[in-house]
Amino acid sequence: MSETVGIVPSAKTVEIESHSINFGPQHPAAHGVLRLILELDGEVVERADPHIGLLHRGTEKLIEYKTYMQAVPYFDRLDYVSPMCEEHAFALAVEKLLGIAAPDRAQWIRVLFAEITRVLNHLLNLTTYALDVGAITPSLWGFEEREKLMEFHEAASGARLHANYFRPGGVAKDLPAGLTDKIAEWAETFPKFIDDIESLLTNNRIWKQRTVDIGTFSAEQALAWGFSGPPLRASGVPWDLRRAQPYDKYAEVEFQIPVGRNGDCYDRYLMRVYELRESVKIIKQALAKMKPGPVKVQDRKFTPPTRGEMKRSMEALIHHFKLYTEGYHVPAGATYTAVESPKGEFGVYLVADGTNKPYRCKIRSTGFAFLQASDVLCKRHMLADVCAIIGSLDVVFGEIDR
Amino acid sequence: MAEDAAAAEAAPPPPTPMELLGQAVGSIPGITGVRIEGGELVARVGRESVLTAMTALRDDPRFAFEQVMDICGVDWPDREDRFDVVYNLLSVSLNQRLRVIATTDTVLPVPSVHTVWPVATWWEREAWDLYGIIFSGQPDLRRILTDYGFEGHPLRKDFPLTGYVEVRYDEDRKQVVNEPVRLTQDFRSFDFLSPWEAMTTLPGDEKVFTERAAEQAKG
Repeated sequence: MSETVGIVPSAKTVEIESHSINFGPQHPAAHGVLRLILELDGEVVERADPHIGLLHRGTEKLIEYKTYMQAVPYFDRLDYVSPMCEEHAFALAVEKLLGIAAPDRAQWIRVLFAEITRVLNHLLNLTTYALDVGAITPSLWGFEEREKLMEFHEAASGARLHANYFRPGGVAKDLPAGLTDKIAEWAETFPKFIDDIESLLTNNRIWKQRTVDIGTFSAEQALAWGFSGPPLRASGVPWDLRRAQPYDKYAEVEFQIPVGRNGDCYDRYLMRVYELRESVKIIKQALAKMKPGPVKVQDRKFTPPTRGEMKRSMEALIHHFKLYTEGYHVPAGATYTAVESPKGEFGVYLVADGTNKPYRCKIRSTGFAFLQASDVLCKRHMLADVCAIIGSLDVVFGEIDR
Repeated sequence: MAEDAAAAEAAPPPPTPMELLGQAVGSIPGITGVRIEGGELVARVGRESVLTAMTALRDDPRFAFEQVMDICGVDWPDREDRFDVVYNLLSVSLNQRLRVIATTDTVLPVPSVHTVWPVATWWEREAWDLYGIIFSGQPDLRRILTDYGFEGHPLRKDFPLTGYVEVRYDEDRKQVVNEPVRLTQDFRSFDFLSPWEAMTTLPGDEKVFTERAAEQAKG
């Protein structure tokens, strides 16, 4: 079952008193296909050994055999709850190696949709997390609200979930007429919805009993265990890549970064609620500052021409054909580019060798580090707290297993 | 005036913070070849001194790399030391990043850094699983992403994309079975480099020159 190297098997047999149970791979609170082997002492968890890889699809290997443009949709399928933020990291990494920058409007659209994706992700996490510890209503309300955001995704990209919208060099196409008005309208009404969700949970006695002082992590521990995003901020580290290492237009928007104090499950919940409010602020600013203009780099070696151009110009037709068969060649080099995805730092380590396909594309998934710490977080907690801890970490197996 | 301008031209520009950091990192024993590549600081480290160098990078207040965001392997089959082990470090307090690269082959172990950053365990398990890179001092070097009982290291360049075995549920035997891969269509890999010479050599059209060089070498 397991393979070890460099360890001499000891001849001594060790009797283990505690009994172990299998949590998952199919468990409603496992948020996907997590197999957690729990060693219990009564109902107290002594050790948690997560077994991952049940959703491993070999994304990194597949990307090595695809052109840069064909690689984008794989990123949607990593963290399928926040698809556009994953594409964002890849698009930025390729742009960095190519030495191009997306036009202003494209950058604003990316900021806008990265934040819409953040709201989508947090809505799913908060509501299912509440469901895991026994509150059903938030999920019913939250999914209705998610549906509205899915429609924005669909209007912009044509797909509700797997958008394939952020491309190296800009975005796939411009926003359809009237979409910005609809988003602005939604941004006016959404804070009321956050209040409603908060009225269900924030001061709820049962919710607090289940989450306060459960799975606490100090700032030092969170740093050592590679935390990022809301769980790191919940432990009291004011760190947000959108502020510290801004990309696209994040340097031009104003927003607050919520920072927690206790690093427990309740603080991780609060971080996400506050981030919802901040995201709405960023969405409003992006809508106000967005100006008409091109949405992709005007160099036809990197982005396809419009349909109309193709009908009239031979050159445009050739460009289109070359781009969709051969793709573009990326000069040799390597980059580690990270974005603040809703879950935390999502990074892409991209090695190019001068051909039209990536030589190596390592995906730094956020949940990978979170899940590893679940052993430390769950230690000496009750079995029921395991669900709360996993829910508060916001793990999605599409990105952990890759 | 002219002399001033000449002096200003001759004097090198003041070092950027990244260059200063690079100089400081270069003074750590075991670290060689600190360079700025595409706006990112990259250092190379000897395999033996990985552990001491990483400890220094974490503990020295000038560097304060509290976090290792990622450890991964890269395979270069033509090289003698075929694997790169890439550590992407992040300092939250000083807002700086550093990439440290060590090299190894299929048998030489790289010291594990799980004592420096506990998060390294799973990244190292992943590098072992996908590349077969061995980490010494890592007590938990199990496979992580591939299936139980999987053989081989799938991200090596000599491992085929389709793999060797496919899994299915056998209704007659009532169990999951592994069988050699059978493809209805061969895997197609296209050569995108143009063999023709044009008036100007565009990126990607260099093949004509490499082929010509090969012919000349032949005789």
